[in-house]
Amino acid sequence: MDTVLAGLINGNAYALIALGLSLVIGVANVINFAQGSLFAVGAMVGWLMTTSLGLPLWVAVIVAMAVTALLGWVINELAVKPFAGKAPIAAVLSTIAMMIILDASNELIFGPELRPMRTGLPDVSFQLFGLTINPIDIVILCTSVVLMVGLAALLRFTRFGRAVRATSQDREAAAQMGVPVNRVQALAFMLASSLGGLAGVLVAAYFTTISPTQGFTIGLAGIAAATLGGLGSLLGAVVGGLILGVIEAFGVSLWGDAARQIITFGVLLLVLWIRPQGLLGAKAIKKEPLTGTFFAAARKIRVPWWGVLLLVLIGAVPMVPGLLDGYTVQVGIQIILFALAALSMTILGGQAGQLSLGQAGTVALGAYALALLTKNAGLPFLPAVLIAGLIGAVIMTVVAAPSWRLSGHYPAIATLATGAAITAVAANWNSVTGGGAGIALIPQAEVFGIVLSSNSARYGLVFVVLLILCGLVFLWSKSHVGMYWRAIRDDEVAARAAGIATPQYKSLAFGVSGFIAGIAGALWAADYGFIDPKTFPPMMSFQIVIVAVLGGMLSPIGAILGSAVMVGGLELFRFSASARLLAYGLILLLLIRFRPQGLWTHFDWFDRLKQRFGRNKDSELEGSDA
Amino acid sequence: MSSEKKQPLLEARDVNVHYGQFHALQDVSYTIGKGEIVSLLGGNACGKSTSMKTILRLVAPSSGSITFDGESTLGMSTADVVSRGIASVPEARRVFPEMTIEDNLLVGAYTRRDGSAEIRKDLAAQYDLFPRLAERRRQQAGTMSGGEQQMLAFARALMSRPKLICMDEPTMGLAPIIVDQVLETIQRINSELGLSVFMVEQNAELALSIAHRGYVLVNGVVTLSGGANELIRDPRIREAYLGQKAA
Repeated sequence: MDTVLAGLINGNAYALIALGLSLVIGVANVINFAQGSLFAVGAMVGWLMTTSLGLPLWVAVIVAMAVTALLGWVINELAVKPFAGKAPIAAVLSTIAMMIILDASNELIFGPELRPMRTGLPDVSFQLFGLTINPIDIVILCTSVVLMVGLAALLRFTRFGRAVRATSQDREAAAQMGVPVNRVQALAFMLASSLGGLAGVLVAAYFTTISPTQGFTIGLAGIAAATLGGLGSLLGAVVGGLILGVIEAFGVSLWGDAARQIITFGVLLLVLWIRPQGLLGAKAIKKEPLTGTFFAAARKIRVPWWGVLLLVLIGAVPMVPGLLDGYTVQVGIQIILFALAALSMTILGGQAGQLSLGQAGTVALGAYALALLTKNAGLPFLPAVLIAGLIGAVIMTVVAAPSWRLSGHYPAIATLATGAAITAVAANWNSVTGGGAGIALIPQAEVFGIVLSSNSARYGLVFVVLLILCGLVFLWSKSHVGMYWRAIRDDEVAARAAGIATPQYKSLAFGVSGFIAGIAGALWAADYGFIDPKTFPPMMSFQIVIVAVLGGMLSPIGAILGSAVMVGGLELFRFSASARLLAYGLILLLLIRFRPQGLWTHFDWFDRLKQRFGRNKDSELEGSDA
Repeated sequence: MSSEKKQPLLEARDVNVHYGQFHALQDVSYTIGKGEIVSLLGGNACGKSTSMKTILRLVAPSSGSITFDGESTLGMSTADVVSRGIASVPEARRVFPEMTIEDNLLVGAYTRRDGSAEIRKDLAAQYDLFPRLAERRRQQAGTMSGGEQQMLAFARALMSRPKLICMDEPTMGLAPIIVDQVLETIQRINSELGLSVFMVEQNAELALSIAHRGYVLVNGVVTLSGGANELIRDPRIREAYLGQKAA
């Protein structure tokens, strides 16, 4: 019975977060990834009010809700409103940027450590029907019930509520009736955000320890709860949150706290496979493709053969033994490893118009595969790398397969869940993966009997693999497969009408992407010699997306350029981990707003200059948004 | 039926609209008199719906002016023009499918500030005008037939107490027998309630059968205008819309 109660308390927090998510999905058609960050902000404000300043809990609740409402307004202004009418992925990526920015700032301001929270509530408890009940349980229960009933009444009976519902169901028609849809969206956003903040204070008060970094996982749990209940359905959000909370509580009482993540993402994947519309599915979810030509609405820069040669020569410099110091070469290796991961993303995004928010999972898979194959099974290095790539390909195609018939927001959620589930399994499957302790003493790379142990040799290995894979990607994009991918990217319905077997070609894109990501992971493991679940955190998936978006998805060179800027550039400034994350978030926010096609694509002025000087070579037009 | 009284209710003068490079409306001018049914005719993608959207300030013209009731709408929001008396019946009806009939009607009254008693009075008036809606006031709008949804869209527009109702292809996709009902309703709204109607239509014959005057829009340019009786006899109209070769 106590398990049920604990589950309901947690589930209540998920329900509040899921409510906020569903409210925003309704009015703005966006999954607000920053909802979990608002939870963390709420928790920290609550801590500041009660524990630092000694104010009563109700003051903390009000202040936290006000602060998060204000932040919600900012998120809407910066990350959602500018992208109205554009591909929904733009706003989704922008809210991911806001999530990273808020989480990193929270950590920079408060520090990453756990801290105790004093609520000022009397320390008494009593027994009821065999349950131990504390004052905080009553506070949480009452606040939540009052809030949820109030929210339902607000939406059902008031003028504002009707405006919110009308905007959710048909934004354009609502505007025609004179409903100020932008203001309605802003207010709904603030309301939704304050629910996240409220959940933060309540959960902090319940567990009495809080950390500014917990927003990320709880945000993902909120997304799982919202999907379980039915994206966009408010009643579904509450039901989904409570069910997820109780399932988790039972799982945790059986297998320990580490199982929580596996349960969350397992439930999410099951829902997506079996019943993507959720328990109380809303029909209101819009069905348009998430990405489409968003990343590709630009022209490719064509590089002449001597340019390619020059780039290869520059890239080969660290291979010369003793020329550069070990640290620089190590940074070079890191750049190439990230470039490989980003390359796997450009296949999806730039070629086939898909997006994976779980690529770190596939990279981790490749890394664990290599570690186990070479260390435990004694397989030679090169076959192990290939097998790691194939495992990545198979998992990306098989595990993600049921999600390809999904459209709208679901594929992004499905890839996110797949990636997070892989990391969660790695953290829990102690007998195979070593659990949290990871795998150490992974054998070094060995090619044709030569152990690659010097810095320049290690660099040479990853560099040569990068060249081979870039070449393969280039050939693929020139083949009929690449053409079909681009057709799917530009217009999936038209591609299907033209007789292209879109599910098969999409799965092929995921497969190729998984192959490259798996190889990247294998090289990662061999180079590091030690891996654990923290080597490939879910946040890394977003970093891979950011690197790929920054460089530009149209060409393999974009992946390398993006990695050089993000990994190399940030290394140059020796930022702390949180400051680095903050930089990632800010860059993503600016990119999506001002240059979604990335750096390695044609600038407009470049075209104009070319026209002026009369060099009118026909260049390949990529995308239709010219 | 005299076409122009002293001052028209709405006057659009030399309106231009650009969508990026595309010049959607080119120096389009028209007037709508008080108590008049004016129809804007044209084929697909000729700028009909864009004209309606410029009146409603859903699209901002790049140049030109629109005056409503003696006041320029330049710089107004959609909410502003709705509260000044321009209501609309969107293309394909666009009722809010998961809201009740009554809530749909109340959204139509969103811009009104004259208190719930007045709004209740108008609700009752709509139920009188459209008894079908009264029977189903608690039902979700998405469950009604196309013709019923069209009636709801009319009633929803009337809830803002407009002087002018803009309609975007109100007969589109409806069964012929329902089309007749819709046209009859438009005439009633015009004659019994005294409202002006601006009706965007592809079907020239239908539209001109109830309109007082009409304009013909081809590729963003007004090519013809005049009284409905003249237009329906005009050989160019007959050729373009009724499939009859001019003699």
